[in-house]
Amino acid sequence: MIKCENITKIYQLGINNSVEVLKDINFEIEKGEFVAIMGPSGSGKSTLMNMLGALDRPTSGKYFLDEKDVFDMSDEDLAAIRSEKIGFVFQSFNLLPRSTVLRNVTLPFIYNKQTPKSERKEKAVKCLRDVGLDEDRWEHLSNQLSGGQMQRVAIARALVNDPGIILADEPTGNLDTKTGQIVLETFKKLNRENGHTIILITHDKYVADHADRIIEIRDGAIISDKKK
Amino acid sequence: MLFSDLFEETMFSLSANKSRSALTILGIVIGIGSVIAMISIGQGATKNITDQVQSLGTNLLSVMPGNQKQSGNIVKGGMGSATSLTMEDSEAIKTSIAEAVAVAPTVSSRKQVTAKGTNTNTSIYGIDESYFGVKNVEIENGSSITEQHTKSRSKVAVLGPTTVTDLFGEGSNPLGQKVRIGSQEFSVIGTTVAKGGSGMGSSDDLIYIPITTAQQYLTGSESVSTINVQISEENLMTLAQEEITALLLERHNIADSTAADFSIMNQADMVETMSSVTETMTLLLGAIAGISLLVGGIGIMNMMLTTVTERTREIGLRKSLGANSKNITLQFLAESVSLTFLGGVIGIVLGKVAAWLISIFSSLTTVVSYSSILLAFGISALIGIVFGYYPAKRAAKLNPIDALRYQ
Ligand SMILES: Nc1ncnc2c1ncn2[C@@H]1O[C@H](COP(=O)(O)OP(=O)(O)O)[C@@H](O)[C@H]1O
Ligand SMILES: [Mg+2]
Repeated sequence: MIKCENITKIYQLGINNSVEVLKDINFEIEKGEFVAIMGPSGSGKSTLMNMLGALDRPTSGKYFLDEKDVFDMSDEDLAAIRSEKIGFVFQSFNLLPRSTVLRNVTLPFIYNKQTPKSERKEKAVKCLRDVGLDEDRWEHLSNQLSGGQMQRVAIARALVNDPGIILADEPTGNLDTKTGQIVLETFKKLNRENGHTIILITHDKYVADHADRIIEIRDGAIISDKKK
Repeated sequence: MLFSDLFEETMFSLSANKSRSALTILGIVIGIGSVIAMISIGQGATKNITDQVQSLGTNLLSVMPGNQKQSGNIVKGGMGSATSLTMEDSEAIKTSIAEAVAVAPTVSSRKQVTAKGTNTNTSIYGIDESYFGVKNVEIENGSSITEQHTKSRSKVAVLGPTTVTDLFGEGSNPLGQKVRIGSQEFSVIGTTVAKGGSGMGSSDDLIYIPITTAQQYLTGSESVSTINVQISEENLMTLAQEEITALLLERHNIADSTAADFSIMNQADMVETMSSVTETMTLLLGAIAGISLLVGGIGIMNMMLTTVTERTREIGLRKSLGANSKNITLQFLAESVSLTFLGGVIGIVLGKVAAWLISIFSSLTTVVSYSSILLAFGISALIGIVFGYYPAKRAAKLNPIDALRYQ
C-alpha cells in the first residue's frame, strides 16, 4: 500500500548551510497494519509524516501509494489524495473553534464530492460512534470539550471520508496518560475492527508499544524496523 | 466544492466575527450610498434640463435667420438681428414640408412696457394662432391670439405671469386693462400658465401680440425672427431639418449650404448639448463619491489580510483535509465579495433614502436610475473581487506544513 524509496529531505537554511532531515528512507507498509514511527524529538518524524500525507515533497526519492507515484502528481492531485486516502490526526487537535462537533466532523466532506450532502450527517454520526464520543456532546462547541474528547472528534474527522490510512502525529502529546490511553485504544479498535491502516508517530516508547510494528528513526535515518 | 458549501462556509466565517464584518461593510455602504446619492443629483439635473427643453414644445425645429456655422453658437443672444426670413418662407414650409404638422412664425423684440404708471422691460413676441399649440403654452385666463387678430392687426396682448406681476402686481387680474408697448396701446385679452424657468428663454416673462401687429408697429419689417416647426414624429426630425434646409436654400437662391442665411435648431440637439454638461457633472460627482468607495475597498482588503493571518492554522487544516489552492482562494474571495455585496445592497437603499432626503430638503431634483443601481452593484462586486483577490491568493499560497505549525 505504501512504499518509500530512498526518500531524502534537505532544508536549505543558507547558501552553505543545509540540514539533511531525512536520509535515504526505505520501507513498505501493508494495508491494515498498525505501525508506530518512533524517535526522539527532532529526528524527522513529522517531516516524514508530511511526506506520507502528501502535504510535502521530498528533495529526492519516490513514494508510491497504491502503486501510484505520489510526488509525480500536481498539487491539485495531491490535495485529492489527501482528501480521499489520508486522514490526519494532529497533536494539537486542530479543530475549528466556535464550531460544533458535527460541523468539525463534516468539514472534510466539503472537499470530497463522493458523499452526497444528504448522507453526510449519517456518516459523521457513524464515525463519532466508532471513536466512542457520547451523543450528548455532538452539538457542543469544540472548545467546550476535554482534550481527550477533542482528539476523538479529530479522529472521527479523519475517518469520515473513509481513507485507507490514518496518520497520527503525536496524538497523545497533549493528553494525560489516562485520556491518552483511551485515544490509543480507539486507534487499536479502528485497526482491529474496521481494518484501517494506522501510522502512529511518537517519541514515546510506551505509546509506540500499542502498535504491531515499530519503525525507529534517529537523525533522519531508520535504525530499526521490528514487528511484534 | 459545492456552491452551497461555499455559501455556508462564508456565512459561518463572516458571522463568527460580526462586529468586524459590520464595520468593514460600513465602508462599502458609505461608498456605494454616496455614489448613488451623488449620481442621483447629477441625473436629476439632466432630467430638469431635458424636461425644460421638452416643455418648450414637442418635436420642435426652430428656423432662425443668420448663419449658425459662422456665429458658432446654437443658443443665440441676438435672435432676430438678421432679417433673412419672411412670412413667405413660413408659408412655404407649411405647404411643402409633409412632416410639418404646424408652423408658427414669430417676431420678437425687447421693449419698454408701461401700464398704469408701472413699467418693465420685457420681450414682445409677435405670434399667430398656431404658436401656443406648437410651444405648449396654455392660457390661464381670458383668450388666446386668434386668426382674426392676426388678420386684422388687432392691438391685443396675452401676458406671461411674470409680466402680469411686474405690471399689475401679484395676483391681480389684468384682463381688459391696457398696456403701452412703445407708442401703441394694447388691451390685455389673456394670461398664460406659468412654466417655470428663468432668464432670456423664460416663457413667463413676455407679452404675446399678433405677429402682423408686431411687424407693423414694432419692427416695421416683413421679416420674422423664428419659424417654429412642429414635426409629426421624433424620428422624422432630421429628415425634416434637411428638407427645410433644401427648401429655404432654394428660395433664397443659395447654392452653398455653408453660406446659408438661416440656421435650424433641432430640439434634440439642444437637449444633447445641454445634458452633456450635466452628464459631465454627474461623472464628476460620481468620481468624488467613488473615492470613498475606494477607501471602503481598502478596508475590505485590510480586514481580509488580517483574517488570513489569523486563520493560518485553519487554512493549513483545510489543506490537510483535502482543500486545494482553488478551494482556499474561492473561500476567501467569497467572503470579501459577500461583504461588498451586502454593503452594496445596504448602500443602495441608503443612497436612495439620501437622494430622497436631498430632494425634500433642497431645491435639487434627484433621480435614482436603474443604471446607477446596476452600476453600484457591479462596482461593489468588483471591489470585492479586486480587493479580496490578493488576500485570497496569499491564503491559498500558504504552505500547509508551515500553516499547521503556525501558532
Ligand atoms: N522548514 C524547515 N526548515 C528548516 N528546518 C526544518 C524545517 N522543518 C523542520 N526542520 C528541521 O527538521 C528536523 C526534523 O523536524 P521534525 O520532522 O519536526 O522532527 P520530529 O517531528 O521528529 O520532532 C528538525 O531539526 C527541524 O528543526
Ligand atoms: Mg514532530
